[in-house]
Amino acid sequence: MIGMLEDKDRIFTNLYGLHDWRLEGAKARGVWNGTVEMLSYSPEWVCDQIKASGLRGRGGAGFATGLKWTFMPKQESERPHYLVVNADESEPGTCKDREIMRGDPHRLIEGCLVAAYAIRAHDCFIYIRGEYVLERERLEAALLEAYAAKLIGKDNIHGWDCNIRVTHGGGAYICGDEMALLESLEGKKGQPRLKPPFPAGAGVYGCPTTVNNVESIAVAPEILRRGAEWFAGFGRPKNTGTKLMSASGHVNKPCVVEEAMSIPLRQLIDEHFGGVRGGWGNLKAVIPGGSSVRMIPAEEAEVALMDFDDLAARKSGLGTAAMIVMDKDCDIVAAIARLSYFYKHESCGQCTPCREGTGWMWRIMERMVTGEAEPKEIDMLLDVASQVEGHTICGLGDAAAWPIQGLFRHFRPEIEARIANYRSRRANFAGATLIAAE
Amino acid sequence: MSVRRLAKDQPPSFAFSAEATEQAQGWVAKFPQGRAQSAVIPVLWLVQKQEGWVPEPALRVVAELLAMPVIRVLEIVTFYTMFQLSPVGTVAHVQLCGTTPCMLRGANALKTVLDQRIGHRGPASPDGRFSWEEVECMGACANAPMVAINDYYYEDLTVESLNGLLDELAGGKTPPPGSSIGRTGCAPQGGPLSLTDPALYDGSRAKTSKLPNAPEKVGAL
Ligand SMILES: Cc1cc2nc3c(=O)[nH]c(=O)nc-3n(C[C@H](O)[C@H](O)[C@H](O)COP(=O)(O)O)c2cc1C
Ligand code: SF4
Ligand code: FES
Repeated sequence: MIGMLEDKDRIFTNLYGLHDWRLEGAKARGVWNGTVEMLSYSPEWVCDQIKASGLRGRGGAGFATGLKWTFMPKQESERPHYLVVNADESEPGTCKDREIMRGDPHRLIEGCLVAAYAIRAHDCFIYIRGEYVLERERLEAALLEAYAAKLIGKDNIHGWDCNIRVTHGGGAYICGDEMALLESLEGKKGQPRLKPPFPAGAGVYGCPTTVNNVESIAVAPEILRRGAEWFAGFGRPKNTGTKLMSASGHVNKPCVVEEAMSIPLRQLIDEHFGGVRGGWGNLKAVIPGGSSVRMIPAEEAEVALMDFDDLAARKSGLGTAAMIVMDKDCDIVAAIARLSYFYKHESCGQCTPCREGTGWMWRIMERMVTGEAEPKEIDMLLDVASQVEGHTICGLGDAAAWPIQGLFRHFRPEIEARIANYRSRRANFAGATLIAAE
Repeated sequence: MSVRRLAKDQPPSFAFSAEATEQAQGWVAKFPQGRAQSAVIPVLWLVQKQEGWVPEPALRVVAELLAMPVIRVLEIVTFYTMFQLSPVGTVAHVQLCGTTPCMLRGANALKTVLDQRIGHRGPASPDGRFSWEEVECMGACANAPMVAINDYYYEDLTVESLNGLLDELAGGKTPPPGSSIGRTGCAPQGGPLSLTDPALYDGSRAKTSKLPNAPEKVGAL
């Protein structure tokens, strides 16, 4: 066996799309099995089971899912409750929710029903990123099947009316942030709202709302089917369950795979992703959780575990568990500069530190790539990064600062050498200062 | 942020086709009474599907349909980068992902191909048939590098396979989307290393059994 998880314990059995995604096929793989019984118990029971499983949100922040569900009002009032599924998946490196939606759409739909019941909602929106056209078509086709089979909708066989609809975005990374997503869902620019109020108090249309990632929702029914302790049996305490993980960049076989939480990062790369290009010795650094966390260098990647707490202790994070692997042949400064461009491009422009800071950081990073920056600009850059970090409405500001901080934390001497080298090749480098004043 | 403005040359008017009108009404019906504005992105997307881009007169039509101020619709098309504010290639509009995971696997070489064959990014090629732009992560990073052509993803590209795609499109064909090296979805090259146990697919998982951890008092609703 490779990896740590056995096939029998994998939830997403059509991850690679080799089997029928339609209702028939999904049912044969166990979806919609026992759902009637799940909904015959109380919403509190559902929440308690999810809490006991230790499931933490799979969208990046890792907030306890069962606990989040209990924040919703216990009684329905004239303000209806909403479940909003975050299928915006735009974090660089991340491509897991896509596979759920095109390979196992019924698992997500079943999850929507169960979660909606747990938070006493009759309305659910799945907000999918606009570029996922095929995935949206797939999901809509699966929804039609589920409505026709009376699995969801009004007067369905589960006895909990639940109207599930798909809507889509327009190509803005920021709409992945739940507060921006709610704005976008209301037909506005995706500029995140301030918290509080939190969505459970006033979310979409001012009504109580729970926002969860696709994967968090899609695993919920299987947890009830197999028991909370089954799910809690994988991974370390507080970091439990199975999780979709993926690799992009310099591994021999990039792919997505479902593995046990807390699997050693190196084992994951070596056994599932075909090893690092050119061998483990050629590894430079890994950004383990999508682009929005700090990188870890090869020595730490050797011993790191793929879970929230281990990576946080390394000043990085699990994020979406979508690792970006960089080997020694690549220009790691250019790789981070490209991320800086990404954040500059995707800033919604609402807060000054982020709007201006992301542009500043990107421009300085570009000069770090060529080496034409001045040595003192390194500290200036880190200063700008720390002024953006923690001083913005949403997490994009932090996300823009962290990759840069990670780079300099581990590879500062290299960049200093690059600058020195650039200067030694030029007798007069006054030109560089002129550009720096921009 | 990126600065996006409407094109100078605009057609005098816009009208939805009968089919698109019906679809637009379908979108409005998805949302609660009085929340038609929620449909603005999908409805503008219908405009783009019909015209290839979003011309200015369409903003007024959409605003009227959804009972919202025109300025709010303008805000939407300039904020959301999927909306094309000037015409794109009639045969193909190629969106190349340039973000780090794709860059690490060769997106820059693909840029050169597009630059040479279609022209510098921005407006369509002189004959108006092709256009391209660089976009940010499209969420297919395990199959990098990739492009989206007219909505669908073409993955695991090389300079050769991208050239091949462009040749086919120029010849009037629509190449099938997906991996250009024969991978199925996001499975590793050479075939899956997990999900190989036949017991997952023999129907045994569909057998009903009682849920574990059922509460003592059944139906405590
Ligand atoms: C800039 C930014 C982008 C985000 N993008 C996504 C995303 O694409 N998908 C997602 O599920 N969560 C994303 N999140 C996290 C959401 O705000 C939210 O925490 C999550 O959807 C909650 O679901 P969970 O508890 O199930 O993880 C993003 C957050 C930020 C700050
Ligand atoms: S941090 Fe950036 S993206 Fe987030 S609200 Fe502020 S300006 Fe917008
Ligand atoms: S970086 Fe290109 S698809 Fe994600």
